Amino acid sequence: MKVIETFNISKQYRNTTVLDKINLEAGKGEIVGVLGPSGAGKTTLINILTGQIRADSGDAYILETSCVNLDCKIYSKIGIMMDSFGLYERLSVYENLKFYSQIFRISSNRIEYVLNKTGLYGARKTLVQNLSKGMKARLNLARAFLKEAELLFLDEPTSGLDPQTAQHIHGLIEEEKQKGTTVFLTTHNMHEAEKLCDNIALLCDGKIVEYGNPQKICSKYNYMNVIDITLKNGEKISLPNSPKSSDKIKQLVESESIKSIHSSEPNLENVFLLLTGKVLKQ
Amino acid sequence: MKNILFIFRKQLKDSLKNKAILIQFIMHPLIAAVMTLSVHIENMPENFFVYLFSPMYITMAPIVSMSSIIAEEKEKNTLRVLLMSNVKSYEYFIGIGGYIFLICMLGAAVFCVLGKFAGIEILYFMGIMAVGILTSIVIGGTIGTASKNQILNTSITMPVMLVLSFVPMLSQFNDVINNAGRVLYSQQIFNLINHTSTLDFKCESIIIIVVNILISAILFAVLYRKSKFA
Ligand SMILES: Nc1ncnc2c1ncn2[C@@H]1O[C@H](COP(=O)(O)OP(=O)(O)OP(=O)(O)O)[C@@H](O)[C@H]1O
Ligand SMILES: [Mg+2]
Repeated sequence: MKVIETFNISKQYRNTTVLDKINLEAGKGEIVGVLGPSGAGKTTLINILTGQIRADSGDAYILETSCVNLDCKIYSKIGIMMDSFGLYERLSVYENLKFYSQIFRISSNRIEYVLNKTGLYGARKTLVQNLSKGMKARLNLARAFLKEAELLFLDEPTSGLDPQTAQHIHGLIEEEKQKGTTVFLTTHNMHEAEKLCDNIALLCDGKIVEYGNPQKICSKYNYMNVIDITLKNGEKISLPNSPKSSDKIKQLVESESIKSIHSSEPNLENVFLLLTGKVLKQ
Repeated sequence: MKNILFIFRKQLKDSLKNKAILIQFIMHPLIAAVMTLSVHIENMPENFFVYLFSPMYITMAPIVSMSSIIAEEKEKNTLRVLLMSNVKSYEYFIGIGGYIFLICMLGAAVFCVLGKFAGIEILYFMGIMAVGILTSIVIGGTIGTASKNQILNTSITMPVMLVLSFVPMLSQFNDVINNAGRVLYSQQIFNLINHTSTLDFKCESIIIIVVNILISAILFAVLYRKSKFA
């Protein structure tokens, strides 16, 4: 049995369909990502999987339990980072983590570890109400990592963070994967999705437009592959990577006018644009 | 069981930094102390300020603090995080409620000292205060559970609190209000407290208070089921 499995889950608010027949699965130790622009339905999907709201139709299971009757036993095995912070504003960073470590029954040694990993150690005595938005996001993440969970839900774990901290976070996520933790993350950063995920779902307007391994998705759309040529006179030409272009390239090579030439493979962003006509927010 | 203690301790730390809640806990005992020690009018009934402010205290402080703590935790999503950890909802409510109960009992002790009660009077006074505080905590929990955010919470708490704390006082001057107000636990508590020195104790009062507790507890349970995460 898979760690996460959904069968045709749909969700509507009033008359708008926010999720439309979503099918997803994740095996143990896999990182599954949902890539989509703002309003695609990513958070709604996490809310359903973590039992915070109910789907209108379809079935969803995590850790072999239906998402409509998750109990403390299941919750103790999952770590959740939502986009709303859920932190105690009048307590310090350390006091927040200390409280949750007590609730989670985790030794306080782990607090120092996650503080260091999320770059919050220096701010551990700061009251949460005085933290910047990015720091709150990191604390929120630190809390999700506090538990040694079997399954982690991360809603846009690196959005709004500087590249260096994002790197640290990626390291943390990969470490969890090594330990066999299954990770479900949402993002609108295609580099993050490409780098971390074993499988990704491209989500747009509540529909999964493509699902699978990032590399495989890209090579599936390989016909979008182009050859970029820069000429010595500064002119840039893009040609389709197909026999049709061979004459033109031959001609350019013979006239010794090429400065550089390379092929560019389609990336997730291009694939997303191709499939939905929409641009992912960076 | 441990969770209750953790939540209790968290709440203690948090409330010490929360002026709005702190004021609720100390306002009435403080005013009563200042008045008792400084105001001396001829023919003023004995323990006038204690009997006036202590019933007000037990209808205001627990309701406001309980409901606003819960509403804030809902608004900030911390309650949701707790319930998605291994915290059972009853552990949460006992943790927060227990905290408020203890703090308010300290406030009640201040009134007790001001009233210079002795022996059985202490037991009587503190017992009645405890029952009143408990009822108010359940009512506060109900309002907090029913409100999605703090603004909504304040707008429900205010009228409820005003009715509960002012009806008993107005009852003294108006028979119509007195008769209608009898069904309120706050009026019964007010009457019981005002009889501390005579230890005059009516069964009717206890029945009405128990009914009040039951109604609010049922309302609480229903509303809690409906709005668990919202
Ligand atoms: N409680 C609700 N009532 C009505 N509409 C809602 C509700 N929650 C979400 N929606 C709608 O559902 C859609 C998807 O929202 P969702 O929060 O899942 O998007 P998202 O992919 O997480 O976006 P973002 O990247 O901005 O976080 C949005 O159009 C939103 O307006
Ligand atoms: Mg979202």
